[in-house]
Amino acid sequence: MSEMKTSAVNYKRIVLYVIIAVLVILYLIPIYMTLITALKPPAEINLATAWKLPTHAYWKSFSDAFKKLGPNFMNSVILTVTGTFLSAFLGSVNGYVFSKWQFKGSELVFTLMLFGMFIPYQIILIPLFQTLRYLHLYGGLPGLILAHVVYGLPITTLIFRNFYVQISRSITESAQIDGANFFSLYARIIAPLSIPGFVVVAIWQFTQIWNEFLWGITLTRQAAQPITVGLAQLAGGQAVNWNMPMAGSIIAALPVLLLYIFLGQYFIRGLLAGSVKE
Amino acid sequence: MQSRSAFAKTVALIALATLLAVPLAFASGQGEAGGSGQQGSMQSQSQQKAPAVKVDELSGQSPSGKLEIFSWWSGNEGPALEALINLYEKTYPQVQVINATVTGGSGVNAKAVLKTRMLGGNPPDSFQVHAGQELIGTWVKANRMQDLTPLYQKEGWMDVFPKDLLNLIGTDNGIWSVPVTIHRSNVMWYIPANLKKWGVTPPKSWDEFLQMAPKLQQQGITPLALGTNWTAIHLWESVAVEALGPDKWDALWNGNLSWTGSEMNQVWTTFGKILQYTNDDAASLSWQQATDMVVQGQAAFNVMGDWAAGYMTTTLNLKPNTDFGWEASPGTSGVFIMLSDSFGMPVGVPHPVNTLAWLKLIGSKNGSDTFNPLKGSISPRLDSDLSKYNAYSQSAAKDWKNDRIVGSLQHGVVANEGFMNDFASVMEMFLKSRDVNQAMNATQAIAIQNGISQ
Amino acid sequence: MIGKGKDRLFAILVLLPSLILVGIFVYGFIGNTMYVSMTDWGKGAALAFHPEKNFIGLGHYGDLFTGFLNSRFRQDLVNAVFYSLFLIIGALGVGLFIAVLLDRDPGGKGTYRTIFLYPMSLSFIVTGTIWRWLEAPGGGLNAIPTLLGLPRAQFQWLSSRKTVLQFNWQDLFVILIAIAVVVLAFLAVSAWVKEKKKEAKWLGGIAVIGLIWVLFFRDATPNALASPETHGLNLATLGVTIAAIWQYSGYTMALYLAGLTGVSADLHDSARIDGATEFQYYMRVAIPLLKTTTLSAIIILAHISLKMFALIFAMAGPDNAQTGHPSVLMYLTTFRANDFAKGAAIAVVLFLLAALFIIPYLVGAHKERSYR
Repeated sequence: MSEMKTSAVNYKRIVLYVIIAVLVILYLIPIYMTLITALKPPAEINLATAWKLPTHAYWKSFSDAFKKLGPNFMNSVILTVTGTFLSAFLGSVNGYVFSKWQFKGSELVFTLMLFGMFIPYQIILIPLFQTLRYLHLYGGLPGLILAHVVYGLPITTLIFRNFYVQISRSITESAQIDGANFFSLYARIIAPLSIPGFVVVAIWQFTQIWNEFLWGITLTRQAAQPITVGLAQLAGGQAVNWNMPMAGSIIAALPVLLLYIFLGQYFIRGLLAGSVKE
Repeated sequence: MQSRSAFAKTVALIALATLLAVPLAFASGQGEAGGSGQQGSMQSQSQQKAPAVKVDELSGQSPSGKLEIFSWWSGNEGPALEALINLYEKTYPQVQVINATVTGGSGVNAKAVLKTRMLGGNPPDSFQVHAGQELIGTWVKANRMQDLTPLYQKEGWMDVFPKDLLNLIGTDNGIWSVPVTIHRSNVMWYIPANLKKWGVTPPKSWDEFLQMAPKLQQQGITPLALGTNWTAIHLWESVAVEALGPDKWDALWNGNLSWTGSEMNQVWTTFGKILQYTNDDAASLSWQQATDMVVQGQAAFNVMGDWAAGYMTTTLNLKPNTDFGWEASPGTSGVFIMLSDSFGMPVGVPHPVNTLAWLKLIGSKNGSDTFNPLKGSISPRLDSDLSKYNAYSQSAAKDWKNDRIVGSLQHGVVANEGFMNDFASVMEMFLKSRDVNQAMNATQAIAIQNGISQ
Repeated sequence: MIGKGKDRLFAILVLLPSLILVGIFVYGFIGNTMYVSMTDWGKGAALAFHPEKNFIGLGHYGDLFTGFLNSRFRQDLVNAVFYSLFLIIGALGVGLFIAVLLDRDPGGKGTYRTIFLYPMSLSFIVTGTIWRWLEAPGGGLNAIPTLLGLPRAQFQWLSSRKTVLQFNWQDLFVILIAIAVVVLAFLAVSAWVKEKKKEAKWLGGIAVIGLIWVLFFRDATPNALASPETHGLNLATLGVTIAAIWQYSGYTMALYLAGLTGVSADLHDSARIDGATEFQYYMRVAIPLLKTTTLSAIIILAHISLKMFALIFAMAGPDNAQTGHPSVLMYLTTFRANDFAKGAAIAVVLFLLAALFIIPYLVGAHKERSYR
């Protein structure tokens, strides 16, 4: 009896692993394509031989791409780290207010803020540019950071609010009875519990800010351009040598990828801890 | 407790009111591109004479400070611009040149950034723009460009640039940019060895092409390689110039030829027939991939501008005449459909002295012959030093001197941006439906809408 | 939460900077855009120092929906509906499927999780470029069947000009009523099941009225357009949607995985003791508990479907009418054709369309709150 059960279970496990294997291959096909194209010299790159492995590994693509992307890389790091930190912090305190300090009309205000998530970036290009110029913030990273922080407010607030709603009232009420006020409640109770929420928000905002192109190219001058712009320059010109942009995209994707590899499990844990559930 | 929560409510209400008042306040003011106080009618605006560049006053001063050059040249087009900038910096060591390039989106991203900056009051010193209606219909009509006629007169460019070119890039009110490159649109590319193998020769007219195409198809060869939407428009203008001839082509853009008449009917009908002999997956291919089809022997011919020569020589390491060959696109021998990258002087430019020096350089023989060999184009000047150019460019320069010059549609010479944008949609419609009447009616409608016809 | 008045004041003050920023940067700009959309600012001397802007009311909107030259806009709108629909269904479905697989605890679960999650780390431009290559009909995915000895696949992907589910735009009003009937009927049935008889009767009644209209009075409905115009699901959009699903199914997978892990082990065990198969456990117990997760995911995916601009641009270029989207059209109309007012009108329509997706979330959140 138990032998039959074991073999039945094994059969199901095999099917499971096969399905997973097929999916894994499907998901890795694009990165395979990117990698082998990056390692081919320009003359070898065309549609007919797209799947073939390179004859020898042309590592020059990576060194060339890295040389060109260097300054942009630094800009992106400053932009994304600052932007993520600020929007996470603001999202956290906003979420705190909306979940724990509801006042009359706070739901309405929250909904109005949420609508901000649906504004397409191209619409606001001209007024955004004009406003940043008016504030003397055009051309450098601070202006771009401001734009990303403001437009990240709706989603970071949403995530944190949903997260804090899960924190039971008894904890906050007993802290208040003990004399905690608005600020100390946040600092002593809420903030330490927020780590999973911060991870989720950090990963989301980091990805969005790091990968954003249109504002990066419109709102900054040469010196402050992020890596997405540098990447586009690699793929520019009349006849693109695809090995460099492919190598460049791998380089550009690395920081975010590393973030996912190292924080991946905390991301799931953060989602588990109720950050995006109601 | 009551009063405290009422207080909180009041604060909340004030915040909300502010929130709602801001859009209203914002809606009435438009920032730099002002909303209130219209400055007269459109009529008077375009009749207002644009400022003429103060050549003598500016030439007298020595260039120093910064110079911001805005373009979409990057990647393999980058070295040409860099060489030109180096030349400028050597001549004027006091100036620091900022090379502001914006790539991507087939030039639309560059336009987005440029227009955002211009509307926001932050113009670059000079920006790359296609000479002709793309510049005139957008910037000149808006009184944003300075008239460069005094500069042309001082530098003697009226005699050094072909008359046809000057007619295309100027208007009655002046000349608006300095062309730095000339590219040719109506070129057909092929691999001589392959043609020999298949037993065909380059067709001298589209009718001849339509006769040989079925034979090629039977052998499994795509007669004409085509790429994404804009390459179809590029092909269309070659077909149209053959069917109409250069004079009627000019008439079309002056509003003197009907968009729904028998001539245009012939153009669209022939174009529809030609499309039958192109590859099905054209919409997915870039122009380089279409050229690759010819190089790899999957297709016989490809009509593309002469940047294809640069691609084949530089990237694919092929030799002109031996490895690849070219002819004027069928039936357009003796006609040069041109496009030109150029630079102008915007009104209110931050560094006018430096910019004037830049314009002088790019129009000069030295500047022109430094830039164009690296870019794979030819110089607009009739006295260009041809020894610096490769075999293809030399043949193109010879045609430039001798041929009848007309302007390209796809590359911004004969039609303004509004028309070109709408025409792209019309072309998509035609590629799907192949309905000649629909295309004629649609082009007439957009021509009227964009001020080309009445 | 009842707190001291001073604390509530602080709460509002802390919120104020964000509210002001959002007020200006979101609502202020939307207001600006709406204003511009009601002028004639465009073409001609649009880029002048003081361009002419005359108020023309809703002229552009009327033209977009009924003008002969704006068939591209209408097709883009239809595309947008399908893009959002398929992205949401696809990402949710694939994500759920993979999450269930990983919930079975295969060895190396962590690695698999990273593999499915990594596409999210790429920018849409990179994704678009790579998938464009993969979907080129001459190479890439069409070559896969040859590995199994089968003939090359013939699907044209992004170059496909095939349209299925074709309908005539003139019949638009009838179609919208028919969709409303289906939705109302669904809501009526679910209300009935929940013992809310009165609500069910109301919804059912309206649905029946709509049904009668569609069946017997359709010819009386005014035409949405002067002449017939065919629209439908362009198969080329599937090429783009697949890339988008590939990129974001990892996110929904993570969400569902967290949700499934959160379903307590006790529940799982008791289901097993009650004789439920694993399949039944998932269908009857675990997945229904994930409803709120799904609602949140829908909001995020709708937000992303707007950003597909970059993906479509990179994959199909600016002028592929088959894969168009109003965001691309808006970009081109504004920055290539200099028609700022028309571009603004398209943008407003786009914004309203996207904001519709917030409705299920609001309904769900409202219900949750009434249970608290």
